[in-house]
Amino acid sequence: MNDLVPELDNFQQKIDDEQRIEPKDWMPEKYRLNLIRQMSQHAHSEVIGMQPEGNWISSAPSLYRKIVLLSKVQDEAGHGLYLYSATETLGITRAEMNARLQSGESKYASIFNYPSLTWADVGAIGWLVDGAAIVNQVSLQRTSYGPYARAMIRICKEESFHQRQGYDIMVKLAEGSPAQREMAQDAINRWWWPSLMMFGPHDSDSVNSQQSMKWKIKRQSNDELRQKFVDQTVQQCEILKLELPDPDLRWNEERQHYDFGEIDWDEFYQVIKGNGHCNRDRIKHHVKAHKEGAWVREAMTAYAGKKAQRKDAA
Amino acid sequence: MSESTLVLFEVFVRSNRGLDHQHVGSVYASDHEQALVNARDVYIRRGEGVSIWVVKTTDIVASQESDVDTFYDPMDDKAYRHAMSYPMPEGVKNI
Ligand SMILES: [Fe+2]
Ligand SMILES: [Fe+2]
Repeated sequence: MNDLVPELDNFQQKIDDEQRIEPKDWMPEKYRLNLIRQMSQHAHSEVIGMQPEGNWISSAPSLYRKIVLLSKVQDEAGHGLYLYSATETLGITRAEMNARLQSGESKYASIFNYPSLTWADVGAIGWLVDGAAIVNQVSLQRTSYGPYARAMIRICKEESFHQRQGYDIMVKLAEGSPAQREMAQDAINRWWWPSLMMFGPHDSDSVNSQQSMKWKIKRQSNDELRQKFVDQTVQQCEILKLELPDPDLRWNEERQHYDFGEIDWDEFYQVIKGNGHCNRDRIKHHVKAHKEGAWVREAMTAYAGKKAQRKDAA
Repeated sequence: MSESTLVLFEVFVRSNRGLDHQHVGSVYASDHEQALVNARDVYIRRGEGVSIWVVKTTDIVASQESDVDTFYDPMDDKAYRHAMSYPMPEGVKNI
């Protein structure tokens, strides 16, 4: 083990100096595995995250809303691909990541196990869920692994469109009929707490956090990021003249932050364990879509094979 | 799983005329033409580029970090390669 120490020192030194770690660099096995876990989970979240909104593409209230939602969902597919591509630089194949997602070995963001019941949910998802994702992803633009950081920069460029189209839906509903306002409020009531859960357990209960901070995989803690999200969202909700469903939410002059109530961690762990509303459906749908696409992949390969043959013959 | 028959390609994009191609990521495809189409769909949805290169990942040969000494010696002993090592007389202009 002793001869590994100079490499480990060199590795930590690079990180302390704010240098990025690149695929060919020496890295501790735990760093590599930790990244594979986090990055593939992030990639899966982008891909599974297409489902709750995808359900509304065919029911969008206008052609305009339909094309907006379509390109938002298409972006999420792209985000998944950026991230799978970046994760593959750590020596795992896409097929293996897919297999782990489908077997349940690999997780994705729990929030996508909640159902999208009304059109207002599409607004709330864009505004709150993408909003929370942005806070996290902006922070990850400075993560220590180069390919991950670059994927985050690319993703963040596209995210503000996502959040704004969602907020725009909420604005329109908030200005609408009493029934529309009620629908918007109901969506906020259901999506607010799960959005806060997206940042993960409290720092004191987070298993992976400390090592991740030392290696600068994570740059800010779960609680810091969650606070940031709450602070910026309260005012956006006030503009809508709607309410965040938390009686304990109030400005704390001393802390210069909003105080807010405790998350229902029981629910959080239940959903992670697979007992959310949609866990089984999400994976079932992923398996189905993957199977149904098999003929496309096979046809592409067959076509490429024939073309190569023709080239050889000529 | 059936995508194992597809091949991984690295993607390079020129974001504007006059700039270098830059590595942006990778895509799976059956051949080079398909790789170009997939790369456009994945990496250029909002005018991020005006030209794409795709190269089979297996065709890329990369240096190792351990090569640093022999490959990337900054040649600090060869100060004469830098303009700064030539003091100019007082008052001389445009040089
Ligand atoms: Fe995304
Ligand atoms: Fe998004």
